[in-house]
Amino acid sequence: MRAAAVDAMTRELTSTGNPSSLHAAGRAARRRVEESREALALALGARPSEVVLTGGGTEADNLAVKGLFWARRVQDPDRRRILVSAVEHHAILDPAFWMAEHAGAEIVLLPVDSRGVLDLDALDDELSAHGDQVALVSVMWANNEVGSLQPVREVTARAHRYGIPVHSDAVQALGQVPVDFAASGLDAMTVAAHKVGGPLGVGALLARRGLDLTPVLHGGGQERGIRSGTLDAPATVAFAVAARLAVADQPVAADRLAALRDDLVRRVRGAVPDAVLRGPDPLVDGTARLPANAHFTFPGCEGDSLLYLLDSAGVQCSTGSACQAGVPRPSHVLLAMGVGEDDARGALRFTLGHTSTGRDVDALVEVLPGVVERAQAAGLAGRAAAGAR
Amino acid sequence: MRVLAALSGGVDSAVAAARAVDAGHEVVGVHMALSRSREQFRTGSRGCCSIEDAGDARRAADVLGIPFYVWDLSERFEDTVVADFLVEYAAGRTPNPCVRCNEHIKFQALLDKALALGFDAVCTGHYARLVTVPTADGPRRELHRSVNLAKDQSYVLAVMGEERLGHVLFPLGDVASKDEVRAEAAARGLGVSDKPDSYDICFVADGDTQGFLRERLGARPGDVVDTAGRVVGAHDGAYAYTVGQRKGLSIGHPAADGKPRYVLQVEPVRNRVVVGSGDELEVDRIMADDAVLFDDAVRFDDAVLRDGGASCDGGAWFACLAQVRAHGDAVAATARATPGGHLEIVVDGRLRGVAPGQSVVLYDGTRVLGQATVDRTERRGSIAGAAR
Repeated sequence: MRAAAVDAMTRELTSTGNPSSLHAAGRAARRRVEESREALALALGARPSEVVLTGGGTEADNLAVKGLFWARRVQDPDRRRILVSAVEHHAILDPAFWMAEHAGAEIVLLPVDSRGVLDLDALDDELSAHGDQVALVSVMWANNEVGSLQPVREVTARAHRYGIPVHSDAVQALGQVPVDFAASGLDAMTVAAHKVGGPLGVGALLARRGLDLTPVLHGGGQERGIRSGTLDAPATVAFAVAARLAVADQPVAADRLAALRDDLVRRVRGAVPDAVLRGPDPLVDGTARLPANAHFTFPGCEGDSLLYLLDSAGVQCSTGSACQAGVPRPSHVLLAMGVGEDDARGALRFTLGHTSTGRDVDALVEVLPGVVERAQAAGLAGRAAAGAR
Repeated sequence: MRVLAALSGGVDSAVAAARAVDAGHEVVGVHMALSRSREQFRTGSRGCCSIEDAGDARRAADVLGIPFYVWDLSERFEDTVVADFLVEYAAGRTPNPCVRCNEHIKFQALLDKALALGFDAVCTGHYARLVTVPTADGPRRELHRSVNLAKDQSYVLAVMGEERLGHVLFPLGDVASKDEVRAEAAARGLGVSDKPDSYDICFVADGDTQGFLRERLGARPGDVVDTAGRVVGAHDGAYAYTVGQRKGLSIGHPAADGKPRYVLQVEPVRNRVVVGSGDELEVDRIMADDAVLFDDAVRFDDAVLRDGGASCDGGAWFACLAQVRAHGDAVAATARATPGGHLEIVVDGRLRGVAPGQSVVLYDGTRVLGQATVDRTERRGSIAGAAR
């Protein structure tokens, strides 16, 4: 967490008062929450009344998918289709599939190209064939695994021609690239505090004024009746501080991290020539990808071997997603990009942060060739034993 | 040493890992995910592949302060252990999946991967002892029964063979009782100290082996017959029966002598189950395949035959104790290795209910001499248990 956010949160934790209470302490807490809402809105290009505070990004995504579907379908029962990109986060995919199973929705997975960028032609085809049956479109601002930025504005312009509300999960984008809710034309957008140096467990759904959204959580009627539940004042205050700083720092930080990341990409390719960069190549188009993200697959390696070996060498990275028991799974994002299952198993995502330096890249590049060689040997050991059976 | 501790989520493997840490080894914990898809991860407390077990394994690693990973060996597990289980039952034999898991997964897939990643050994919570003895060719490792004979698992470990003994650790081999392990777990603050033991086959939900076989192999109704070939009942699939089985035979009318009847033989090709009296289950000779032998003295080298020993049909007979099931007594026997990796075993008395597919393990006192898979049994000159 950013130090300023920790300070703000710690101060707020020592104050009492439920922001929904009408007594003096409650009013004081309410005031700090509303000031934070205004600061968040300002940082995100939204109006304060458009900020619906939630318990994190996943809750905001659930509210968007379920709330938009139910609201739109009540207006027009023919609108049963939910259009989502095939590379969405599970916080979008899983509620969408849940709606298909339990609420009569039909899911359309919009394809991406080999770089992990949405195929707008496929969206056009879908809209011209079934535009009047679509309840909502959700396309993330930037992919969390391969860093590809999505054509959100183009999606919004197309969908609006058919009266379809559009949501975007911008959790990965905020603080990394410019994010302006009003300019995007979006009807709803998800953000989360912990990705910008704020606390865990708080986020927001930005919902355009006048947007019809059926609540998922019912109770005390907080947040315009869209999201009931006692407001978490300390987390909200810290979220606002962190978001404001992250947005202010973004242009400078992005330039620095992109340069560092480009260096990492160049040197990983040099150190391990058969490594394959996944997602848009930043050395070809510097604007197509999140600045702090690099993603590679290493042929013949298994993600869990790479993870262990790098971890024990002091390099913390990610293999993509894991199942509930913690098993690394071939990424649905890579599979949607046309990567084979075997190659997808050898995936590693490197994310740079505000403390990352050139020395971190040096350390990675120094251990990586040995790690990959050893992981390949471990992969071969597995295959040889299986073959000998 | 750099040690990879296999953490099942149970109390034994957690205490074993703790002892490896105490011994000064650099320990990393791994939980093996063995179920095929995440939908199949069971939520119950039984088995070795539920989400709860993975979580318990993770917590044990936290308490021990060691790194923890989950490795996906589900594909290998399905291709080896589960596939073997189905093929064996379909062939009218009785497999032991824990033996196959030790053979193909724990002490092959896991161990090979560990060695390739730079580990020196794999540590598990099995109850067995490793004894190092000096020989002219240097120290040699022997596999022995655990001190606690009631918990001894050398029977299911013997399949790994001698060579791999140099790369394993069984820190629980000398504990006196399971209570001691539970008390030690509690003293170490391991939350799994009072977790119930698992007994069932981990990939068979609710312990319903017959249901699992029916689902995977399909129903195949046939006759239950007596030794004279008379039809005495019906079954839904001969594969669901095991030599020596008494329960679940659903035989309409009682035997002439009024005594209980047992499965004597499973005939997959004719899809018949043959039943008879308990006496008819008794065998005194076992022919077994895929022998794994730990001691040069009992090995038989096929090269002897090629070198002109045409009259030689096997190694020397040796005295031993033979055990044919995980929790059965070992009986006195003599055995010899025969060409092609077979074992021929003659027991001093009689054994009951020895099914093809079961493992037979030979001991000299507490020391494991060898292991093989039962192919057929004989009694008083007649072949009793061959799968036809």
